Amino acid sequence: MLTIENVRMTFFPGTLNARVALDDVSLQLAPGDFVTVIGSNGAGKSTLLNVVAGTLRADSGTVRIDGRDVTRMSDHQRARYIGRVFQNPAAGTAPHMTIEENLAMALERGRRRGLRLGVTNAKRARFRQELTALEQGLETRLGDWVSLLSGGQRQALSLLMATFSEPKILLLDEHTAALDPQRAALVTRLTAEIVERFGLTTLMVTHNMDQALKLGNRLIMMHEGRIVLDLDAEAKSKMTAKGLLAEFEKVKGDALDDSLLQ
Amino acid sequence: MMIAVELGLIYAVMALGVYLTFRILDFADLTVDGSFTTGASIAAVGIVSGMPPALATSLALLGGMAAGLVTGLLHTRGRINGLLAGILTQIALYSVNLRIMGKANVPLLRESTLITPLKDADLVGTWASVGMFLAVAVVILALLVWFLHTDIGLAMRATGDNPDMIRSFGVNTDHQKLLGLALSNGLVALCGAIIAQYQGFADIGMGIGMIVAGLASVIIGQAVLGRSSVAIAATAVVLGSVLYRVVIYLALKAGLNPNDMKLISAVLVVLALVVPQWKGFARMGGFMRRRMTAMAETPLVEKEG
Ligand SMILES: Nc1ncnc2c1ncn2[C@@H]1O[C@H](COP(=O)(O)OP(=O)(O)OP(=O)(O)O)[C@@H](O)[C@H]1O
Ligand SMILES: [Mg+2]
Repeated sequence: MLTIENVRMTFFPGTLNARVALDDVSLQLAPGDFVTVIGSNGAGKSTLLNVVAGTLRADSGTVRIDGRDVTRMSDHQRARYIGRVFQNPAAGTAPHMTIEENLAMALERGRRRGLRLGVTNAKRARFRQELTALEQGLETRLGDWVSLLSGGQRQALSLLMATFSEPKILLLDEHTAALDPQRAALVTRLTAEIVERFGLTTLMVTHNMDQALKLGNRLIMMHEGRIVLDLDAEAKSKMTAKGLLAEFEKVKGDALDDSLLQ
Repeated sequence: MMIAVELGLIYAVMALGVYLTFRILDFADLTVDGSFTTGASIAAVGIVSGMPPALATSLALLGGMAAGLVTGLLHTRGRINGLLAGILTQIALYSVNLRIMGKANVPLLRESTLITPLKDADLVGTWASVGMFLAVAVVILALLVWFLHTDIGLAMRATGDNPDMIRSFGVNTDHQKLLGLALSNGLVALCGAIIAQYQGFADIGMGIGMIVAGLASVIIGQAVLGRSSVAIAATAVVLGSVLYRVVIYLALKAGLNPNDMKLISAVLVVLALVVPQWKGFARMGGFMRRRMTAMAETPLVEKEG
Protein backbone atom coordinates (compact mmCIF):
# COMPACT_ATOMS: atom_id res chain seq x y z
CA MET A 1 0.00 0.00 0.00
CA LEU A 2 2.86 2.35 0.89
CA THR A 3 6.28 1.91 -0.66
CA ILE A 4 9.22 4.10 0.24
CA GLU A 5 12.35 3.42 -1.79
CA ASN A 6 15.86 4.70 -1.18
CA VAL A 7 14.73 8.05 0.17
CA ARG A 8 17.44 10.54 1.05
CA MET A 9 16.88 13.92 2.59
CA THR A 10 19.55 16.42 3.60
CA PHE A 11 18.81 19.77 5.20
CA PHE A 12 21.10 22.67 4.25
CA PRO A 13 23.07 20.53 1.76
CA GLY A 14 26.56 21.68 0.91
CA THR A 15 26.91 23.88 3.99
CA LEU A 16 28.64 23.41 7.32
CA ASN A 17 25.21 22.85 8.82
CA ALA A 18 24.36 20.05 6.39
CA ARG A 19 22.22 17.55 8.24
CA VAL A 20 21.32 14.16 6.82
CA ALA A 21 17.79 13.53 8.08
CA LEU A 22 17.04 10.45 5.98
CA ASP A 23 19.85 8.22 4.81
CA ASP A 24 18.64 5.81 2.12
CA VAL A 25 15.42 4.74 3.82
CA SER A 26 13.28 2.02 2.28
CA LEU A 27 10.07 0.72 3.79
CA GLN A 28 7.06 -1.24 2.55
CA LEU A 29 3.67 -1.35 4.18
CA ALA A 30 1.06 -3.92 3.17
CA PRO A 31 -2.60 -2.88 3.18
CA GLY A 32 -3.83 -2.67 6.77
CA ASP A 33 -0.33 -2.59 8.26
CA PHE A 34 -0.10 -0.52 11.42
CA VAL A 35 3.55 0.35 12.00
CA THR A 36 4.76 2.13 15.12
CA VAL A 37 7.94 4.19 14.73
CA ILE A 38 10.31 4.92 17.59
CA GLY A 39 13.72 6.57 17.79
CA SER A 40 15.60 9.30 19.61
CA ASN A 41 15.17 13.01 18.95
CA GLY A 42 16.41 13.99 15.52
CA ALA A 43 16.33 10.40 14.23
CA GLY A 44 14.33 11.47 11.18
CA LYS A 45 10.88 10.16 12.11
CA SER A 46 8.99 13.37 11.42
CA THR A 47 11.02 13.94 8.26
CA LEU A 48 10.01 10.49 7.02
CA LEU A 49 6.32 11.27 7.59
CA ASN A 50 6.70 14.67 5.93
CA VAL A 51 8.30 13.08 2.88
CA VAL A 52 5.41 10.63 2.64
CA ALA A 53 2.86 13.45 2.99
CA GLY A 54 4.67 15.70 0.53
CA THR A 55 5.21 18.62 2.89
CA LEU A 56 8.92 17.90 2.33
CA ARG A 57 10.38 16.84 -1.01
CA ALA A 58 13.10 14.18 -0.73
CA ASP A 59 16.42 14.73 -2.49
CA SER A 60 16.14 11.31 -4.10
CA GLY A 61 14.10 8.15 -3.86
CA THR A 62 10.45 7.43 -4.56
CA VAL A 63 7.21 7.26 -2.63
CA ARG A 64 4.38 5.09 -3.95
CA ILE A 65 0.88 4.88 -2.57
CA ASP A 66 -1.24 1.96 -3.72
CA GLY A 67 1.05 1.51 -6.70
CA ARG A 68 0.87 5.15 -7.76
CA ASP A 69 4.10 7.15 -7.83
CA VAL A 70 3.36 10.29 -5.80
CA THR A 71 6.96 11.48 -5.45
CA ARG A 72 6.35 14.57 -7.55
CA MET A 73 2.92 15.44 -6.18
CA SER A 74 2.58 18.39 -3.81
CA ASP A 75 1.13 17.89 -0.34
CA HIS A 76 -2.39 19.02 -1.20
CA GLN A 77 -2.49 16.71 -4.21
CA ARG A 78 -1.48 13.72 -2.09
CA ALA A 79 -3.92 14.69 0.62
CA ARG A 80 -6.66 12.64 -1.04
CA TYR A 81 -4.73 9.50 -0.08
CA ILE A 82 -3.31 10.60 3.27
CA GLY A 83 -4.81 11.53 6.64
CA ARG A 84 -2.58 13.17 9.23
CA VAL A 85 -2.65 14.00 12.91
CA PHE A 86 0.11 16.13 14.38
CA GLN A 87 1.66 16.49 17.81
CA ASN A 88 0.22 19.96 18.33
CA PRO A 89 -3.56 19.68 18.91
CA ALA A 90 -4.01 23.10 17.25
CA ALA A 91 -2.46 21.93 13.99
CA GLY A 92 -5.22 19.64 12.75
CA THR A 93 -8.27 21.92 13.00
CA ALA A 94 -9.35 25.44 12.05
CA PRO A 95 -9.87 27.18 15.43
CA HIS A 96 -12.27 29.94 14.34
CA MET A 97 -14.60 27.60 12.54
CA THR A 98 -17.22 25.39 14.12
CA ILE A 99 -16.89 21.69 14.84
CA GLU A 100 -19.38 20.85 12.09
CA GLU A 101 -17.60 23.09 9.59
CA ASN A 102 -14.28 21.42 10.39
CA LEU A 103 -15.85 18.00 9.91
CA ALA A 104 -17.48 19.09 6.65
CA MET A 105 -14.13 20.23 5.27
CA ALA A 106 -12.55 16.94 6.30
CA LEU A 107 -15.32 14.94 4.67
CA GLU A 108 -14.53 16.61 1.33
CA ARG A 109 -10.96 15.34 1.44
CA GLY A 110 -9.48 15.27 -2.03
CA ARG A 111 -12.79 15.97 -3.75
CA ARG A 112 -13.51 18.87 -6.03
CA ARG A 113 -15.14 21.53 -3.84
CA GLY A 114 -18.09 23.41 -5.26
CA LEU A 115 -20.81 25.86 -4.32
CA ARG A 116 -22.97 23.48 -2.34
CA LEU A 117 -23.57 24.28 1.30
CA GLY A 118 -20.77 22.72 3.34
CA VAL A 119 -22.92 21.69 6.30
CA THR A 120 -26.30 20.10 5.62
CA ASN A 121 -28.74 18.39 7.96
CA ALA A 122 -27.87 15.00 6.52
CA LYS A 123 -24.20 15.61 7.25
CA ARG A 124 -25.02 16.91 10.72
CA ALA A 125 -26.72 13.65 11.57
CA ARG A 126 -23.65 11.71 10.47
CA PHE A 127 -21.30 14.04 12.39
CA ARG A 128 -23.37 13.63 15.53
CA GLN A 129 -23.16 9.88 15.24
CA GLU A 130 -19.38 9.91 14.65
CA LEU A 131 -18.78 12.36 17.49
CA THR A 132 -20.83 10.27 19.91
CA ALA A 133 -18.35 7.44 19.36
CA LEU A 134 -15.56 9.72 20.59
CA GLU A 135 -17.28 10.00 23.99
CA GLN A 136 -16.18 13.62 24.40
CA GLY A 137 -19.64 15.14 24.56
CA LEU A 138 -18.92 16.94 21.29
CA GLU A 139 -22.09 15.70 19.60
CA THR A 140 -24.07 18.43 21.38
CA ARG A 141 -21.60 21.16 20.46
CA LEU A 142 -21.60 21.03 16.66
CA GLY A 143 -21.90 24.81 16.38
CA ASP A 144 -19.09 25.68 18.80
CA TRP A 145 -15.78 27.10 17.61
CA VAL A 146 -13.02 24.52 17.82
CA SER A 147 -10.89 27.01 19.75
CA LEU A 148 -13.22 26.41 22.70
CA LEU A 149 -12.23 22.74 22.95
CA SER A 150 -9.57 21.27 25.23
CA GLY A 151 -6.38 19.84 23.74
CA GLY A 152 -7.62 16.29 24.17
CA GLN A 153 -10.97 17.04 22.57
CA ARG A 154 -9.27 18.75 19.65
CA GLN A 155 -6.95 15.81 19.18
CA ALA A 156 -9.87 13.38 19.24
CA LEU A 157 -11.62 15.58 16.67
CA SER A 158 -8.45 15.78 14.55
CA LEU A 159 -8.22 12.00 14.62
CA LEU A 160 -11.81 11.66 13.46
CA MET A 161 -11.29 14.29 10.73
CA ALA A 162 -8.13 12.58 9.52
CA THR A 163 -9.76 9.17 9.29
CA PHE A 164 -13.49 9.19 8.60
CA SER A 165 -13.10 9.86 4.89
CA GLU A 166 -11.08 6.62 4.88
CA PRO A 167 -7.73 7.70 3.40
CA LYS A 168 -5.37 5.02 2.12
CA ILE A 169 -2.63 6.04 4.55
CA LEU A 170 -2.81 7.44 8.07
CA LEU A 171 0.21 9.33 9.46
CA LEU A 172 0.36 10.01 13.21
CA ASP A 173 3.27 12.04 14.56
CA GLU A 174 3.41 11.86 18.37
CA HIS A 175 -0.26 12.74 18.37
CA THR A 176 -0.70 11.91 22.04
CA ALA A 177 2.52 13.55 23.28
CA ALA A 178 0.99 16.91 24.17
CA LEU A 179 -1.84 15.41 26.24
CA ASP A 180 -2.07 14.55 29.91
CA PRO A 181 -1.80 10.80 30.65
CA GLN A 182 -5.56 10.30 30.90
CA ARG A 183 -6.34 12.05 27.62
CA ALA A 184 -3.37 10.37 25.97
CA ALA A 185 -4.75 6.99 26.99
CA LEU A 186 -8.13 7.91 25.59
CA VAL A 187 -6.76 9.11 22.23
CA THR A 188 -4.58 5.99 22.08
CA ARG A 189 -7.65 3.82 22.56
CA LEU A 190 -9.58 5.79 19.92
CA THR A 191 -6.67 5.41 17.53
CA ALA A 192 -6.68 1.64 17.92
CA GLU A 193 -10.45 1.50 17.42
CA ILE A 194 -10.53 3.76 14.38
CA VAL A 195 -7.59 2.15 12.60
CA GLU A 196 -9.21 -1.23 13.19
CA ARG A 197 -12.65 -0.06 12.06
CA PHE A 198 -11.47 1.42 8.75
CA GLY A 199 -8.55 -0.99 8.28
CA LEU A 200 -6.22 1.96 7.70
CA THR A 201 -2.59 1.51 6.69
CA THR A 202 -0.86 3.48 9.41
CA LEU A 203 2.52 4.93 10.39
CA MET A 204 2.56 6.13 13.99
CA VAL A 205 5.53 7.93 15.57
CA THR A 206 5.74 7.78 19.35
CA HIS A 207 8.24 8.18 22.18
CA ASN A 208 6.13 6.00 24.43
CA MET A 209 7.55 2.46 24.38
CA ASP A 210 4.43 0.87 25.85
CA GLN A 211 2.26 2.56 23.27
CA ALA A 212 4.62 1.48 20.48
CA LEU A 213 4.41 -2.11 21.66
CA LYS A 214 0.71 -2.17 22.40
CA LEU A 215 -0.51 -0.72 19.11
CA GLY A 216 0.04 -2.01 15.62
CA ASN A 217 1.38 -5.15 14.01
CA ARG A 218 4.93 -4.00 13.31
CA LEU A 219 7.54 -1.76 14.91
CA ILE A 220 10.52 0.07 13.45
CA MET A 221 13.27 1.97 15.23
CA MET A 222 15.08 4.83 13.54
CA HIS A 223 18.45 6.30 14.32
CA GLU A 224 20.36 9.03 12.52
CA GLY A 225 18.24 8.82 9.41
CA ARG A 226 18.19 5.05 9.13
CA ILE A 227 15.86 2.23 10.07
CA VAL A 228 17.95 0.22 12.52
CA LEU A 229 15.36 -2.25 13.77
CA ASP A 230 12.28 -3.75 12.12
CA LEU A 231 10.12 -6.10 14.19
CA ASP A 232 7.26 -8.06 12.65
CA ALA A 233 4.08 -8.88 14.57
CA GLU A 234 5.54 -11.94 16.20
CA ALA A 235 8.86 -10.39 17.24
CA LYS A 236 6.98 -7.35 18.43
CA SER A 237 4.64 -9.35 20.63
CA LYS A 238 7.65 -10.85 22.38
CA MET A 239 9.45 -7.54 22.78
CA THR A 240 9.32 -5.58 26.04
CA ALA A 241 9.88 -1.89 26.82
CA LYS A 242 13.08 -2.90 28.56
CA GLY A 243 14.20 -4.82 25.50
CA LEU A 244 13.58 -1.77 23.31
CA LEU A 245 15.63 0.45 25.61
CA ALA A 246 18.46 -2.07 25.39
CA GLU A 247 18.24 -1.87 21.60
CA PHE A 248 18.43 1.91 21.87
CA GLU A 249 21.58 1.70 23.94
CA LYS A 250 23.03 -0.72 21.44
CA VAL A 251 22.58 1.53 18.37
CA LYS A 252 23.80 4.53 20.32
CA GLY A 253 26.83 2.55 21.45
CA ASP A 254 27.51 1.46 17.88
CA ALA A 255 27.27 5.04 16.71
CA LEU A 256 29.65 6.07 19.45
CA ASP A 257 32.12 3.36 18.47
CA ASP A 258 31.91 4.50 14.86
CA SER A 259 32.68 8.06 15.75
CA LEU A 260 35.53 6.99 18.01
CA LEU A 261 37.04 4.92 15.23
CA GLN A 262 37.00 7.79 12.77
CA MET B 1 -26.97 62.85 7.65
CA MET B 2 -29.05 60.78 5.22
CA ILE B 3 -26.33 61.33 2.65
CA ALA B 4 -23.78 59.95 5.10
CA VAL B 5 -25.89 56.84 5.72
CA GLU B 6 -26.37 56.43 1.98
CA LEU B 7 -22.64 56.71 1.33
CA GLY B 8 -21.98 54.30 4.15
CA LEU B 9 -24.23 51.72 2.50
CA ILE B 10 -22.52 52.14 -0.88
CA TYR B 11 -19.05 51.97 0.63
CA ALA B 12 -20.17 48.86 2.53
CA VAL B 13 -19.69 46.94 -0.73
CA MET B 14 -16.02 47.94 -0.67
CA ALA B 15 -15.75 47.19 3.05
CA LEU B 16 -17.15 43.69 2.49
CA GLY B 17 -14.37 43.16 -0.04
CA VAL B 18 -11.79 44.30 2.51
CA TYR B 19 -13.38 41.99 5.09
CA LEU B 20 -12.92 39.05 2.73
CA THR B 21 -9.16 39.55 2.50
CA PHE B 22 -8.37 41.10 5.87
CA ARG B 23 -10.47 38.83 8.08
CA ILE B 24 -11.22 35.73 6.05
CA LEU B 25 -7.86 35.29 4.28
CA ASP B 26 -5.86 37.08 6.99
CA PHE B 27 -4.26 39.08 4.19
CA ALA B 28 -3.86 42.88 4.40
CA ASP B 29 -4.45 43.72 0.75
CA LEU B 30 -3.41 47.22 -0.27
CA THR B 31 -4.51 46.70 -3.89
CA VAL B 32 -7.79 48.29 -2.83
CA ASP B 33 -6.70 51.92 -3.27
CA GLY B 34 -5.90 51.15 -6.90
CA SER B 35 -8.69 48.74 -7.78
CA PHE B 36 -11.35 51.13 -6.43
CA THR B 37 -10.25 53.73 -8.97
CA THR B 38 -9.96 51.04 -11.63
CA GLY B 39 -13.63 50.25 -11.13
CA ALA B 40 -14.56 53.92 -11.26
CA SER B 41 -12.53 54.57 -14.41
CA ILE B 42 -13.81 51.56 -16.32
CA ALA B 43 -17.41 52.42 -15.49
CA ALA B 44 -16.94 56.13 -16.32
CA VAL B 45 -15.16 55.56 -19.60
CA GLY B 46 -17.62 52.85 -20.55
CA ILE B 47 -20.63 55.06 -19.87
CA VAL B 48 -19.13 58.07 -21.66
CA SER B 49 -18.47 55.91 -24.70
CA GLY B 50 -22.15 54.96 -24.78
CA MET B 51 -22.24 51.59 -23.04
CA PRO B 52 -25.32 50.72 -20.98
CA PRO B 53 -24.43 51.66 -17.38
CA ALA B 54 -25.15 48.14 -16.12
CA LEU B 55 -22.68 46.68 -18.61
CA ALA B 56 -20.02 49.28 -17.78
CA THR B 57 -20.49 48.52 -14.09
CA SER B 58 -20.13 44.77 -14.70
CA LEU B 59 -16.93 45.38 -16.65
CA ALA B 60 -15.66 47.44 -13.72
CA LEU B 61 -16.23 44.44 -11.46
CA LEU B 62 -14.25 42.21 -13.82
CA GLY B 63 -11.45 44.79 -13.98
CA GLY B 64 -11.21 44.76 -10.19
CA MET B 65 -11.08 40.96 -10.17
CA ALA B 66 -8.19 41.06 -12.63
CA ALA B 67 -6.35 43.51 -10.38
CA GLY B 68 -6.86 41.21 -7.39
CA LEU B 69 -5.60 38.29 -9.45
CA VAL B 70 -2.38 40.19 -10.21
CA THR B 71 -1.72 40.77 -6.51
CA GLY B 72 -2.54 37.12 -5.86
CA LEU B 73 -0.12 35.90 -8.52
CA LEU B 74 2.65 38.16 -7.24
CA HIS B 75 2.08 36.72 -3.79
CA THR B 76 1.57 33.02 -4.59
CA ARG B 77 3.70 32.50 -7.71
CA GLY B 78 6.19 35.31 -7.11
CA ARG B 79 6.40 34.53 -3.39
CA ILE B 80 6.33 38.23 -2.62
CA ASN B 81 5.05 39.23 0.80
CA GLY B 82 1.35 40.07 0.71
CA LEU B 83 1.65 43.68 1.83
CA LEU B 84 4.32 44.38 -0.76
CA ALA B 85 2.42 42.56 -3.52
CA GLY B 86 -0.61 44.76 -2.83
CA ILE B 87 1.42 47.96 -2.82
CA LEU B 88 3.09 47.03 -6.11
CA THR B 89 -0.23 46.39 -7.83
CA GLN B 90 -1.68 49.54 -6.33
CA ILE B 91 1.16 51.68 -7.72
CA ALA B 92 1.00 49.99 -11.10
CA LEU B 93 -2.75 50.55 -11.22
CA TYR B 94 -2.25 54.29 -10.88
CA SER B 95 -0.72 54.32 -14.35
CA VAL B 96 -3.22 51.80 -15.67
CA ASN B 97 -6.11 53.90 -14.41
CA LEU B 98 -4.70 57.01 -16.09
CA ARG B 99 -4.45 55.01 -19.32
CA ILE B 100 -8.06 53.87 -19.00
CA MET B 101 -9.36 57.38 -18.41
CA GLY B 102 -6.88 59.15 -20.68
CA LYS B 103 -6.86 62.04 -18.23
CA ALA B 104 -7.08 62.56 -14.48
CA ASN B 105 -10.83 63.15 -14.34
CA VAL B 106 -13.82 61.90 -16.35
CA PRO B 107 -17.09 63.78 -15.67
CA LEU B 108 -20.41 61.95 -15.98
CA LEU B 109 -22.70 64.89 -15.38
CA ARG B 110 -24.81 64.67 -18.49
CA GLU B 111 -24.60 60.91 -18.90
CA SER B 112 -27.30 58.49 -18.03
CA THR B 113 -26.02 56.24 -15.19
CA LEU B 114 -27.42 53.67 -12.77
CA ILE B 115 -28.05 56.55 -10.35
CA THR B 116 -29.80 58.82 -12.86
CA PRO B 117 -33.31 57.51 -12.09
CA LEU B 118 -32.76 58.34 -8.41
CA LYS B 119 -31.47 61.78 -9.24
CA ASP B 120 -34.27 62.50 -11.71
CA ALA B 121 -36.87 61.54 -9.13
CA ASP B 122 -35.03 63.75 -6.64
CA LEU B 123 -34.68 60.85 -4.24
CA VAL B 124 -30.98 61.15 -3.37
CA GLY B 125 -30.56 61.59 0.37
CA THR B 126 -34.10 60.46 1.18
CA TRP B 127 -35.41 57.38 2.95
CA ALA B 128 -36.30 55.90 -0.42
CA SER B 129 -32.75 55.92 -1.71
CA VAL B 130 -31.37 54.83 1.66
CA GLY B 131 -33.75 51.88 1.39
CA MET B 132 -32.55 51.08 -2.12
CA PHE B 133 -28.89 51.19 -1.23
CA LEU B 134 -29.65 49.17 1.87
CA ALA B 135 -31.28 46.53 -0.32
CA VAL B 136 -28.19 46.40 -2.56
CA ALA B 137 -25.87 46.09 0.44
CA VAL B 138 -28.02 43.37 2.00
CA VAL B 139 -28.13 41.33 -1.23
CA ILE B 140 -24.34 41.44 -1.55
CA LEU B 141 -23.97 40.70 2.17
CA ALA B 142 -26.29 37.70 1.86
CA LEU B 143 -24.44 36.38 -1.19
CA LEU B 144 -21.11 36.71 0.59
CA VAL B 145 -22.36 34.98 3.75
CA TRP B 146 -23.87 32.18 1.65
CA PHE B 147 -20.62 31.79 -0.29
CA LEU B 148 -18.60 31.53 2.91
CA HIS B 149 -20.74 28.56 3.95
CA THR B 150 -20.29 26.57 0.74
CA ASP B 151 -17.56 23.95 0.40
CA ILE B 152 -15.33 26.44 -1.40
CA GLY B 153 -16.16 29.13 1.14
CA LEU B 154 -15.23 26.86 4.05
CA ALA B 155 -11.93 26.06 2.33
CA MET B 156 -11.28 29.78 1.88
CA ARG B 157 -11.97 30.50 5.55
CA ALA B 158 -9.68 27.67 6.62
CA THR B 159 -6.99 29.04 4.31
CA GLY B 160 -6.94 32.13 6.51
CA ASP B 161 -7.42 30.24 9.76
CA ASN B 162 -5.11 27.23 9.43
CA PRO B 163 -3.56 26.82 5.97
CA ASP B 164 -1.54 23.70 6.85
CA MET B 165 -4.66 21.96 8.05
CA ILE B 166 -6.73 22.66 4.95
CA ARG B 167 -3.85 21.68 2.66
CA SER B 168 -3.76 18.35 4.45
CA PHE B 169 -7.36 17.91 3.28
CA GLY B 170 -6.46 18.49 -0.34
CA VAL B 171 -7.07 22.20 -0.85
CA ASN B 172 -4.62 24.28 -2.87
CA THR B 173 -4.37 27.31 -0.60
CA ASP B 174 -2.77 29.38 -3.36
CA HIS B 175 -5.91 28.95 -5.46
CA GLN B 176 -8.05 30.02 -2.52
CA LYS B 177 -6.00 33.18 -2.08
CA LEU B 178 -6.26 33.98 -5.79
CA LEU B 179 -10.01 33.49 -5.72
CA GLY B 180 -10.43 35.51 -2.52
CA LEU B 181 -8.32 38.40 -3.78
CA ALA B 182 -10.19 38.43 -7.09
CA LEU B 183 -13.61 38.45 -5.40
CA SER B 184 -12.52 41.07 -2.91
CA ASN B 185 -11.17 43.48 -5.49
CA GLY B 186 -14.16 42.78 -7.70
CA LEU B 187 -16.39 44.09 -4.91
CA VAL B 188 -14.08 47.05 -4.34
CA ALA B 189 -14.15 47.98 -8.05
CA LEU B 190 -17.91 47.53 -8.15
CA CYS B 191 -18.14 50.01 -5.30
CA GLY B 192 -15.81 52.40 -7.16
CA ALA B 193 -18.06 52.15 -10.21
CA ILE B 194 -21.17 52.98 -8.18
CA ILE B 195 -19.46 55.87 -6.39
CA ALA B 196 -18.32 57.37 -9.71
CA GLN B 197 -21.90 57.31 -10.94
CA TYR B 198 -23.21 58.60 -7.64
CA GLN B 199 -20.88 61.59 -7.47
CA GLY B 200 -20.93 62.16 -11.23
CA PHE B 201 -17.26 61.72 -12.05
CA ALA B 202 -14.27 59.40 -11.82
CA ASP B 203 -11.04 60.84 -10.53
CA ILE B 204 -7.53 59.39 -10.44
CA GLY B 205 -7.19 60.22 -6.73
CA MET B 206 -10.54 58.88 -5.55
CA GLY B 207 -9.10 55.59 -4.28
CA ILE B 208 -6.51 57.12 -1.98
CA GLY B 209 -7.10 55.98 1.59
CA MET B 210 -9.84 53.50 0.61
CA ILE B 211 -8.06 50.65 2.37
CA VAL B 212 -8.06 52.63 5.60
CA ALA B 213 -11.76 53.38 5.22
CA GLY B 214 -12.38 49.68 4.57
CA LEU B 215 -10.33 48.56 7.55
CA ALA B 216 -12.03 51.20 9.70
CA SER B 217 -15.44 49.83 8.72
CA VAL B 218 -14.41 46.24 9.47
CA ILE B 219 -12.80 47.12 12.78
CA ILE B 220 -15.41 49.60 14.02
CA GLY B 221 -18.29 47.34 13.07
CA GLN B 222 -16.78 44.28 14.69
CA ALA B 223 -15.91 46.27 17.82
CA VAL B 224 -19.66 46.93 18.10
CA LEU B 225 -21.28 43.69 16.95
CA GLY B 226 -18.44 41.22 17.48
CA ARG B 227 -17.56 38.38 15.13
CA SER B 228 -18.95 35.30 16.75
CA SER B 229 -20.15 33.98 13.39
CA VAL B 230 -19.57 34.84 9.75
CA ALA B 231 -23.08 36.27 9.42
CA ILE B 232 -22.58 38.57 12.41
CA ALA B 233 -19.06 39.57 11.40
CA ALA B 234 -20.12 40.45 7.84
CA THR B 235 -23.22 42.32 9.01
CA ALA B 236 -20.95 44.22 11.39
CA VAL B 237 -18.91 45.35 8.39
CA VAL B 238 -21.94 46.96 6.75
CA LEU B 239 -22.87 48.61 10.03
CA GLY B 240 -19.26 49.73 10.50
CA SER B 241 -19.21 51.32 7.08
CA VAL B 242 -22.30 53.38 7.90
CA LEU B 243 -20.94 54.35 11.34
CA TYR B 244 -17.67 55.39 9.75
CA ARG B 245 -19.35 57.73 7.26
CA VAL B 246 -21.59 59.17 9.95
CA VAL B 247 -18.60 59.90 12.19
CA ILE B 248 -16.78 61.57 9.29
CA TYR B 249 -19.91 63.59 8.54
CA LEU B 250 -20.20 64.69 12.15
CA ALA B 251 -16.52 65.58 12.28
CA LEU B 252 -16.89 67.76 9.20
CA LYS B 253 -20.01 69.29 10.62
CA ALA B 254 -18.11 70.11 13.80
CA GLY B 255 -15.91 72.33 11.70
CA LEU B 256 -13.07 70.08 10.58
CA ASN B 257 -11.68 70.67 7.11
CA PRO B 258 -12.39 68.08 4.34
CA ASN B 259 -8.62 67.92 3.92
CA ASP B 260 -8.44 66.50 7.44
CA MET B 261 -10.54 63.49 6.38
CA LYS B 262 -7.59 61.13 5.94
CA LEU B 263 -6.22 62.10 9.33
CA ILE B 264 -9.62 61.51 10.90
CA SER B 265 -9.82 58.10 9.21
CA ALA B 266 -6.43 57.06 10.49
CA VAL B 267 -7.25 58.27 14.01
CA LEU B 268 -10.55 56.37 13.88
CA VAL B 269 -8.81 53.12 13.00
CA VAL B 270 -6.26 53.65 15.75
CA LEU B 271 -9.05 54.35 18.24
CA ALA B 272 -11.02 51.30 17.16
CA LEU B 273 -7.91 49.19 17.65
CA VAL B 274 -6.72 50.72 20.91
CA VAL B 275 -9.88 51.55 22.85
CA PRO B 276 -11.21 47.97 22.97
CA GLN B 277 -8.01 46.97 24.81
CA TRP B 278 -8.99 49.03 27.79
CA LYS B 279 -10.88 47.52 30.74
CA GLY B 280 -13.81 45.32 29.81
CA PHE B 281 -12.76 45.20 26.17
CA ALA B 282 -9.29 43.92 27.01
CA ARG B 283 -9.78 40.38 25.78
CA MET B 284 -11.05 41.15 22.30
CA GLY B 285 -8.62 43.99 21.80
CA GLY B 286 -5.74 41.75 22.69
CA PHE B 287 -6.77 39.41 19.93
CA MET B 288 -6.84 42.20 17.37
CA ARG B 289 -3.55 43.60 18.53
CA ARG B 290 -1.94 40.20 18.14
CA ARG B 291 -3.32 40.05 14.63
CA MET B 292 -1.98 43.48 13.76
CA THR B 293 1.49 42.81 15.20
CA ALA B 294 1.61 39.44 13.49
CA MET B 295 0.88 41.29 10.24
CA ALA B 296 3.53 43.90 10.87
CA GLU B 297 6.13 41.25 11.58
CA THR B 298 5.77 39.24 8.40
CA PRO B 299 8.97 39.34 6.34
CA LEU B 300 8.99 41.28 3.08
CA VAL B 301 9.97 38.36 0.87
CA GLU B 302 8.94 34.87 1.82
CA LYS B 303 11.10 31.82 1.65
CA GLU B 304 10.66 29.20 -1.00
CA GLY B 305 8.80 26.46 0.77
N1 LIG C 1 12.84 22.03 8.69
C1 LIG C 1 14.08 21.62 9.03
N2 LIG C 1 15.15 22.37 8.73
C2 LIG C 1 16.38 21.94 9.05
N3 LIG C 1 16.65 20.80 9.67
C3 LIG C 1 15.63 20.00 9.99
C4 LIG C 1 14.29 20.37 9.70
N4 LIG C 1 13.47 19.39 10.12
C5 LIG C 1 14.27 18.47 10.67
N5 LIG C 1 15.57 18.81 10.60
C6 LIG C 1 16.72 18.03 11.05
O1 LIG C 1 16.59 16.72 10.53
C7 LIG C 1 16.89 15.76 11.51
C8 LIG C 1 15.69 14.84 11.69
O2 LIG C 1 14.64 15.58 12.29
P1 LIG C 1 13.19 15.00 12.57
O3 LIG C 1 12.33 16.12 12.96
O4 LIG C 1 12.78 14.15 11.45
O5 LIG C 1 13.50 14.08 13.84
P2 LIG C 1 12.48 13.25 14.72
O6 LIG C 1 12.92 11.86 14.66
O7 LIG C 1 11.08 13.53 14.34
O8 LIG C 1 12.79 13.84 16.16
P3 LIG C 1 11.80 14.15 17.38
O9 LIG C 1 11.68 12.88 18.12
O10 LIG C 1 12.57 15.16 18.18
O11 LIG C 1 10.54 14.67 16.85
C9 LIG C 1 17.26 16.52 12.76
O12 LIG C 1 18.65 16.57 12.82
C10 LIG C 1 16.70 17.88 12.56
O13 LIG C 1 17.53 18.84 13.16
MG1 LIG D 1 9.41 14.55 15.28
